[in-house]
Amino acid sequence: MSEHVIHPVAPPAELQRLPLVTNNRSFGWISDRVAAIVEGKTPWWWWVAFVPSALAAGWLLVMLAYQISTGVGVWGNSHPVMWGWDIINFVWWIGIGHAGTLISAILFLLRQRWRTAVNRAAEAMTIFAVMCAGIYPALHVGRVWFDWWLFPIPTSNAIWPQFRSPLMWDVFAVSTYFTVSLMFWYVGLIPDLAVMRDRARTRIRQFLYGLFSLGWTGSNRHWSNYEKAYLILAGLSTPLVLSVHSIVSLDFAVSQLPGWHTTIFPPYFVAGAIFSGFGMVLTLLIPLRKLCGLEDVITMRHIDVMCKVTLATGSIVGYAYGMEVFIAWYSGSPYERYAFINRAMGPFAWGYWTMIICNVVVPQLFWFKRIRHHLLIVWILSILVNVGMWFERFVIIVISLHRDFLPSNWGYYLPTWVDITTFLGTFGLFFTLFLLFLRFLPMIAISEVKGVIPQADPHHPLGDGSKGGAH
Amino acid sequence: MSDVFPKWTNRLPMLLLVGLVMAGTAVVAGVWYYFTPKYTRVGYQPIQPVAFSHALHVGQLGMDCRYCHSAVEESWYSNVPSASSCMNCHNQVLKDSPKLDLVRQSAATGEPIPWVQVHKVPDYVYFNHAVHVRRGISCVECHGPIHQMDEVYHAQPLSMAFCLDCHRDPASRIRPVDKVTDLEWTWNSDPAIAADLQRVNGEKFVHDWNVQSLQNCSACHR
Repeated sequence: MSEHVIHPVAPPAELQRLPLVTNNRSFGWISDRVAAIVEGKTPWWWWVAFVPSALAAGWLLVMLAYQISTGVGVWGNSHPVMWGWDIINFVWWIGIGHAGTLISAILFLLRQRWRTAVNRAAEAMTIFAVMCAGIYPALHVGRVWFDWWLFPIPTSNAIWPQFRSPLMWDVFAVSTYFTVSLMFWYVGLIPDLAVMRDRARTRIRQFLYGLFSLGWTGSNRHWSNYEKAYLILAGLSTPLVLSVHSIVSLDFAVSQLPGWHTTIFPPYFVAGAIFSGFGMVLTLLIPLRKLCGLEDVITMRHIDVMCKVTLATGSIVGYAYGMEVFIAWYSGSPYERYAFINRAMGPFAWGYWTMIICNVVVPQLFWFKRIRHHLLIVWILSILVNVGMWFERFVIIVISLHRDFLPSNWGYYLPTWVDITTFLGTFGLFFTLFLLFLRFLPMIAISEVKGVIPQADPHHPLGDGSKGGAH
Repeated sequence: MSDVFPKWTNRLPMLLLVGLVMAGTAVVAGVWYYFTPKYTRVGYQPIQPVAFSHALHVGQLGMDCRYCHSAVEESWYSNVPSASSCMNCHNQVLKDSPKLDLVRQSAATGEPIPWVQVHKVPDYVYFNHAVHVRRGISCVECHGPIHQMDEVYHAQPLSMAFCLDCHRDPASRIRPVDKVTDLEWTWNSDPAIAADLQRVNGEKFVHDWNVQSLQNCSACHR
């Protein structure tokens, strides 16, 4: 009887996983290519993007100064629509941040190795989006010099913030979110900052990267501690992905206004946040991978996967819209029914249908592989996703507020030029910070990407078998 | 690999941490002490245009607060008397004293004496004297020992916490209505017995007089 030999059979080509870095790139290539964005000459497109962004960010400061010195009356918020673009934009920006945390924390815990190519940029996006978001609640209280009253500090007023209010929980949710996201981003940066330090050609670069890399030497002990810290922060961030936007949704759901008073809000807001966040990641990374020559790191497989996440979350959002309408009918409450009829057929119906097209119809196109692999179409659809998500908040806030229980209490809402240019200014701030990030920090997690290429596996034919573990 | 930083910089993080903790503690302590009405308002003692002594008139001569501040039981506002009130006595007593020149002049012309206001709540605070005085809250609770002051000074912080301390526990301060202007009055000369009597009677008064001591925002911020 002959010895039974199992011959390994490779799976058919269409079932094989595509490599995460294409064209069989080496470790050195990854370091050089990512570092080149920081070390090379400033590219023309950087200035083309940076100058208008910085000007818009400057304009944001002018608008904030105008609002603080004059009062919230410079915005369009007025009875009965007392929350306008300020809260729309707050929720929109904070929602965008959620993709970064999902990619960095949940996908890390789920061992989704493709995250390594996009997590650094997505986390940076998160932090800058939360900064843009934070401006709005701080300003919309009217007297910004009393913002510190939001925090439970013992004062000679002998009163505390209202702990039963979701607006209070918001303060804790958003500030925790920002702090943990910043920590997570920074801890992940440390090994790469050390790479930048070691490659530095000037004293000032060596000093600054050296300062922030905290004396990283790449020893086994450093890596061991680093991996533990990263895992702990991933664990801390994971509930935040779900909690932050749940609490933001409670700002609405806890009130008794038809259109707001809905138990579906927390999961629906979280899905919408991840949906819009992935939209923004795609919007940012599709041009960047081209401009920075990173097509082999942020591959079509990455784009494809992110399109699928967008499709999944977009479908959840679409389901939530349908369920809201169903419950409005099923509840039998005439006010609830009217709120939804008014959304679809009232004076702001254009906003509702823009939302439906962008958030329900558009993501369904991602079922088609040919669309997922057509970069220009994906890029345009990713922008439409965020247009839709902006209109979702517009629909929830403005349409629900403008017609409540009493017809004598009805009105219309128009933003002012200050609302509009302040919003444009937050884009300026966001892109200014993001462009500075691109130019001064490695936008790809160099060490993590190296860990997921075949060469990193000693069992792989391309791996370095001489270092042990090979057959 | 060459060192980017010299070896002594290894101590910097710890030093920075200690420094930050100390600086943070100092800032908190400084704000705590210097930035509240306990510091910013208590002790304010402007020089008044007429050297009127409450210590003399109330403490020694035993005049009742309401002789001059006559509207305090009826009005939200406790009036500062016009010079004619002063002249009720001072047309006989010290009628040629140069210290009273301004009073005589005011009484003659009707031009008020420019007293400097010492106790002042902000515009966004509504405070009603009558409702407090007629429900057994003594002048001394907010204004301090006026009957011992030659020149009036700010004795209590009058912060929001100061108001709320009493509004949250009115039984600890309330007293018989006829003792409101008796600034020296206590239940008993023994503080322990006085405290017991205050608790028992205070709770009785709060109940019997239907003292609400409102704590909703619009009670004061109308």
